[in-house]
Amino acid sequence: MAAAVNGENILLVKDLQISFGTYAGEVKAVRGITFDLRRGETLAIVGESGSGKSVTAKSLMRLLPEANTILKGGEAIFEGEDLLKLSEKRMKDIRGSKIAMVFQDPMTSLDPTMRIGRQITESLKEHLGLSGQRARERAVELLTLVGIPTPKDRIKQYPHQFSGGMRQRVVIAIALACDPQILIADEPSTALDVTIQAQILELLRELQEQLGMSVILITHDLGVVAHTAHRVAVMYAGKIVETGTLREIFYNPQMPYTWGLLASIPLPTADRSQDLIPIPGSPPDMSDPPKGCPFTARCPYAMRVCPTEFPEYTTFSAEHKAACWLHHPMAPNVEPPVRVRGTR
Amino acid sequence: MTEYSPNGDGRAILEIKNLKKHFRVGRRASLKAVDGISLEIKEGETLGLVGESGCGKTTVGRVLVRLYEPSDGEVLFGGQDVHRTRGDDAKLLNRKMQMIFQDPQASLNPRMVVSDIVAEGIDIHNLAESKKERLDRVHELLETVGLSKEHANRFPHEFSGGQRQRIGVARALAVEPEFIVADEPVSALDVSIQAQVINLMKTLQREHDLTYLFISHDLSVVKYISDRVGVMYLGQLVELADSDELYANPLHPYTRALLSAVPVPDPDYESERERTVIAGDLPSPVNPPSGCRFRTRCPQAVEAAAHVDPPWREAKPGHWIQACPCFA
Amino acid sequence: METRRSELTPDLFEQIEAGSQDNERIVGPPIGFWRDSWNRLKKNRGALVGLVVIVVVIAVAYVGPLLSPYTPYGQDLARRFVDPSSQFWFGTDEFGRDMWSRVWIGTRVSLYIGFLAAFLDLVVGVVYGALSGLFGGRVDDVMQRGIEILNGVPYLVVAILAMLILSPGIITITIAIGLTSWTYMARIVRSRMLQLKEQEFALASRSLGANRARLLTKHLIPNSLGPMVVNLMFTIPLAIFSEAFLSFIGLGIQPPDTSLGALINEGYKELRFHSYLLWFPTAVFSLLMLSFNLLADGLRDALDPKMRK
Repeated sequence: MAAAVNGENILLVKDLQISFGTYAGEVKAVRGITFDLRRGETLAIVGESGSGKSVTAKSLMRLLPEANTILKGGEAIFEGEDLLKLSEKRMKDIRGSKIAMVFQDPMTSLDPTMRIGRQITESLKEHLGLSGQRARERAVELLTLVGIPTPKDRIKQYPHQFSGGMRQRVVIAIALACDPQILIADEPSTALDVTIQAQILELLRELQEQLGMSVILITHDLGVVAHTAHRVAVMYAGKIVETGTLREIFYNPQMPYTWGLLASIPLPTADRSQDLIPIPGSPPDMSDPPKGCPFTARCPYAMRVCPTEFPEYTTFSAEHKAACWLHHPMAPNVEPPVRVRGTR
Repeated sequence: MTEYSPNGDGRAILEIKNLKKHFRVGRRASLKAVDGISLEIKEGETLGLVGESGCGKTTVGRVLVRLYEPSDGEVLFGGQDVHRTRGDDAKLLNRKMQMIFQDPQASLNPRMVVSDIVAEGIDIHNLAESKKERLDRVHELLETVGLSKEHANRFPHEFSGGQRQRIGVARALAVEPEFIVADEPVSALDVSIQAQVINLMKTLQREHDLTYLFISHDLSVVKYISDRVGVMYLGQLVELADSDELYANPLHPYTRALLSAVPVPDPDYESERERTVIAGDLPSPVNPPSGCRFRTRCPQAVEAAAHVDPPWREAKPGHWIQACPCFA
Repeated sequence: METRRSELTPDLFEQIEAGSQDNERIVGPPIGFWRDSWNRLKKNRGALVGLVVIVVVIAVAYVGPLLSPYTPYGQDLARRFVDPSSQFWFGTDEFGRDMWSRVWIGTRVSLYIGFLAAFLDLVVGVVYGALSGLFGGRVDDVMQRGIEILNGVPYLVVAILAMLILSPGIITITIAIGLTSWTYMARIVRSRMLQLKEQEFALASRSLGANRARLLTKHLIPNSLGPMVVNLMFTIPLAIFSEAFLSFIGLGIQPPDTSLGALINEGYKELRFHSYLLWFPTAVFSLLMLSFNLLADGLRDALDPKMRK
């Protein structure tokens, strides 16, 4: 897998802050994150529940419910425009054509009452202005591209006639219809069986190489990340706590949450006698996010300074940054757990 | 298909003999969720059962704790046929064989207080003499699973997923079981929480002499916690071996494909490994392929596979496979 | 808010105990389902208004007639058709009866019918539906066919038949409503049962050894209370309306007893010259309908577990 880390920026997200107004109060889902996406790369945003990763993805597409979503700040610059401030009309132009999204559940991503062919050609006609005939041809091409056999027959079928894995391929085909520059995939394989998951991930990787598009992959599965990503951003409680290249994150992580994640996952390659080291406690309640570093309550290395203020990012290399007070010159030296110390 | 592994260490606490469970769908068709499983579970061990959706593993679990009646075959617990017992004996089985469920949202009654949830078994079997004893027992159980007394009078929705699963464990423990079926107990939890619950289960096993059937689709988790692992496909067992042995030397093509498909959180390993990505989709359990069921997706399938029901054979000591003609 | 770099002292970098007990702590008092729902209901202004109005109407229906020196039945032909005044707050009807008293007496009857229907809903509908859903299979099939047969006969036909066989009056209406209104509740409860039966907490209870009775009373019914309460709140105005309709076409309450529907019927006849006879009962009737519906709507939102976090 080539390291495509040095391409130009096509998306720049700065200090994104998003909250939701609920009957229980304001839920601060995303609390100031900054990241960029380069051409041709796969950026994985990793996090667990409450981390804000899904909200981030949806906010880029402006798919969050208008009624109670509050954009508290930040910008997302794509082709010179701020996605967060565009009119709905302009967003409609971009959605599905320049930036496309694939969601987790293939069951609900497709309209059950519309034939597959039409769901693809809809997008083609809308964004590219293709004629009926040409759109149909392109739909068949796309189905072939995503590996659906006998596409000419299948475009006439309905979603319920496809299996879960096939449906996800169709969803990907629809997303790719207009040759988007960015594909946002929100847990694209989580709802699928392991063997089908492997197929879909392979597909995404091939397509990315073939088409040169950039992918934002939202997931909680570090295995999936290891397989497909070039760079990784780790989110916790609405903040990005570490970013870096794939190898940097897995082999030289610099933040206790990342250590905790890596130490708590059983590896099929590991010895059974090696203990799993869980992270105690649970992710914090986002309607009342903790001050300072949100991981403090669960961090075995927590210091007095941690709950007072969110740490500055320490830079370890061109791509590798982590936000942790342990890297402050006044902090003691700590070693990450054995399991995490640079495998291989 | 009716030979099972010999008693190695420890006696068998549970014997499953040619178990079948078919559900009727529509007029004539039936969904063969479980179609002939035979195995033994030894006292004190953790037997992992893996497979993808539709393989029947959850159904097996439910038949074992008698939520379903089998269509054929039998389940013997301590020599007793669990589906033929009635009355007090049946009630006793409810205590000895318990279940932990998958969904932390749905497995606790949202209208009940935690202490009532945990004490339900105690109430049903009259295990406490007084209200105080009941409450003490509830507190004890909560602390065993890493929660605290204060949690006893709260409602499920106030807890996180991991905590809810632990309440479920406490509930199962309340009746002092010997055997627990854990049906995907950590699948719905965040990764960092999964380890908490798994560690808890391991500890409890040691402290309370429990035997587990650990059902999951997550191969990494299963390997970690299980002594032996059985792989299911379309209602049948295709391979059964010691945990380390299965992962190091998988023999059946499906097991190989399954292991190959699991993404490992280790980038160098991922980029270097050879993968067999199997094509095609899962056939319908209503109409499984004849002979060897995996033949429609098997990279090594031969013609003969369609006509012969592959026998269940011990390929190596303790390592059983559905010996398909393709590689046998 | 930035801590100045110079303000960072070495002692801040001492390790602290990240007590994991703290992690498991839950703040705030335990919030039961009903408390939580009540909190949400309180925020729904429409529902609160509805609730208040209903309470007020019920109160006035019982206290109101006592406030006036006149009785609802006392006729005095000397003072027929008196417009509303300080003496007769709602005026008088063609027999000189005090409308204020009559309207509130009528309201009492309408409310009685509404609550009776609700009661039957509870007793017959819930039990029928629960048993049907709980047992499933053959039993369920038979019981459902029973309901379908019952539903097949139009409510009006039943009412008319009842009128013919028995004499018209409150009892007859009660029977007519009783025979037909509970089926909807039965269906709702049954479908809830079928749904809940397969939920993991119900399975857990069964695997612990719970018998059917325990399953029903501790698990299935308590989790069905939401839809049940909402349905009850909708049943009441429906029943009141049905009776009003019957009375309007002359099949309902017979004079000298009266109900809101009967009053509306009489008032309607005098619309031309004595419209007040129509407006007052209609106003009360509409208020009741609206309030029950607002309350029911609010309850449905408040009790819906999906709306919770």
